[in-house]
Amino acid sequence: MPDLDLLVPSAINGLTTGAIYAVIALGLTLIYGVLHIINFAHGSLLMLAMYGVFFLHSLFGIDPYVASLIMVPAMFVLGYSLQRGVIGHASHGKDENILLVTLGLAIVIDNLALYLWRSDTRIIDTPYAFATFEFGPVLVSTPKLIALFAAVAIAALFWLMMMRTDLGKAIRAVAKEKTGAQLVGINVEHVYAMSFGLGIACLGAAACLLLPTFYVSPQVGSAFVLIAFTVVVLGGMGSFTGAVLGGLIIGVTESLGGLYLGESLGQIGIFVLFILVLLFRPTGLMGQRT
Amino acid sequence: MQVNTPNVTTISRRNFVSGAAGALFTGAALLGAPAIVRAKTPIKVGLVHPVSGFLAYSGSQCRAGALMAIEEINRAGGIHSMGGAHLEPILGDARSRPDVGAAEVEKMNEAGVVAIVGAYASSIGLATTQRAAHHGIPHVVDVCVSDQIVNRGLENTFRFCPGYGTVARAAVDNLVKINDAAGGPARTAMIVHEESLFGTGTAKLLSAELPKAGFEILEIIRHPNPARDFNNIVLKIRARKPDIVIPANYYNEYILLARTLSQYRVRPMAIYSVLGGTASSYKFLKEFPKTARYIMDCNHWYDPEKKAAHDLRKKAEENGLFFSYELFLAYSATRLLADALERAASDDRADIIRALKASDWNDHFMPYGPTKFVNGQNQGARPLNTQILGKDIEVIYPDEYATAEAVFPVPASGLNDA
Repeated sequence: MPDLDLLVPSAINGLTTGAIYAVIALGLTLIYGVLHIINFAHGSLLMLAMYGVFFLHSLFGIDPYVASLIMVPAMFVLGYSLQRGVIGHASHGKDENILLVTLGLAIVIDNLALYLWRSDTRIIDTPYAFATFEFGPVLVSTPKLIALFAAVAIAALFWLMMMRTDLGKAIRAVAKEKTGAQLVGINVEHVYAMSFGLGIACLGAAACLLLPTFYVSPQVGSAFVLIAFTVVVLGGMGSFTGAVLGGLIIGVTESLGGLYLGESLGQIGIFVLFILVLLFRPTGLMGQRT
Repeated sequence: MQVNTPNVTTISRRNFVSGAAGALFTGAALLGAPAIVRAKTPIKVGLVHPVSGFLAYSGSQCRAGALMAIEEINRAGGIHSMGGAHLEPILGDARSRPDVGAAEVEKMNEAGVVAIVGAYASSIGLATTQRAAHHGIPHVVDVCVSDQIVNRGLENTFRFCPGYGTVARAAVDNLVKINDAAGGPARTAMIVHEESLFGTGTAKLLSAELPKAGFEILEIIRHPNPARDFNNIVLKIRARKPDIVIPANYYNEYILLARTLSQYRVRPMAIYSVLGGTASSYKFLKEFPKTARYIMDCNHWYDPEKKAAHDLRKKAEENGLFFSYELFLAYSATRLLADALERAASDDRADIIRALKASDWNDHFMPYGPTKFVNGQNQGARPLNTQILGKDIEVIYPDEYATAEAVFPVPASGLNDA
């Protein structure tokens, strides 16, 4: 009989950690799933966003959650500019080139961060960093609970944007049939850049949700990006509901795996689940057959 | 993939003959010159550390310490016995991976280094010392606490600081004394360690030594590097209620663990780190004074009476660096090598190894006494026990170095009172 005093808090913690994975994966699923762009710079851009939040707090005293009002638009502009100014030009429209360009971007960003900010681990202290909600005997970290609700809200906003706005329709059209979209007058380059910008804006939000409890260093992106790729494929490429569901499932699996198999072996659960889904539902949990 | 090489440099017969003649002349002139003139060329010293990857912070601190030592040595006139030859650092990044560390040693050998200082992490040090031994390059180990480093019979490897065997025994002995002095309230412990050679080896030694000293080990928990979350571990600690929590891990993970303990209001009688590093880190103290309060560590630490240590701390802080064990151990290891070069009066690798073997260097600020190497291990090397008290890190054990008395058990309102 599992010890419920450990099992329940561990599962709740998994949900809250998974929510952060989901926000990171939302951006990736938009870029990777809808536009078929493999963004290897996703982790590096997350790191950049985390430094942004860190410096807004340490230099101007801006709370990480308030910083989202600056970081989300700033990361959107960065993403839009990168797609229009660097990735689009350098890739010459070939997917395999995009892979190399984003990989190159990742190397440049990581090393630039190492040069500018050195390898110091930085962390911010907020009045609520140690705050917890008590549900009976279960303590849940307040910043993580906020992340859980924020992830659901961000996913809902994304869904609304994709379903109810002209931009969403244009993105879906470009994703399904690029040439057809061009023929009906959609500016494909603009849609690509908007999608990339929105995907990177998610990282701005994720950074604001992470910083109250996590550290930032030039290497921090790598701790999240592999998990985010797994979440995207598990949830179904291009599916926002899938990204949220995948993130939460991965978070809980990782947490319970760590509890019962040990922290070092805990991640096995993620990849066993991943393989099972690929075997029995290759399009992912919420993915659609083409 | 085809590689085009349109601009291949060609060498004409005239260029080749004149170049060869120049080289012969230079070679003959150097061979004919006194050794002192030849040695005035810079002495290349390899510094291999993990300055990127998950160990980047510690590796960068090591590199900074070694470079500070080289800068001081050069400013003081270089290696006097070699005509004032300056030390030239050849930098290598092990990228937190043993195989990359070994590859860096190969590059350094090609570059003609006379010796290597490195490589911070035990797993990387095992690889770099092995490769250096293959080329007969003397390798001064700066941190690398695994005892395997010096137990393989490598003639080229010298470790100035103590290994984890010495540290674990001292940690348990000192914990017993601290506990006894308080009336013996602590009886149980949990160990949380990182999964590489350093953490695993330290945990293994502690799990053998602690029961002999009367402590029951409730659980040993291993975690990966990097670890994103410590909730499960802290939940287990909270459920089992150990008297002492013993972490043995690297900086980032230590911070996350300490913060999560605070968050879940886990208040053991002590957090007693063994080679925790972070627990005796000014960076940790500065950034999280409340979380850091009362945390103990048995680790590499300087003799608080030595002025040179305080001078180096001031200099490091003026350069925007934290005075951490990585920094002062790499600094010390580099100075030890410089002393050996001075004694050897030669840039021959075998001569330097002989000088290190015979070293009795005492011009340092660590509590070790004069160096004496047996199988590459400095026999006098020992750790000190520290505790974060008020706004500083105080030495609490052994008595001859103590600057404050241990606070144990920590006050109920103390530890993790965030």
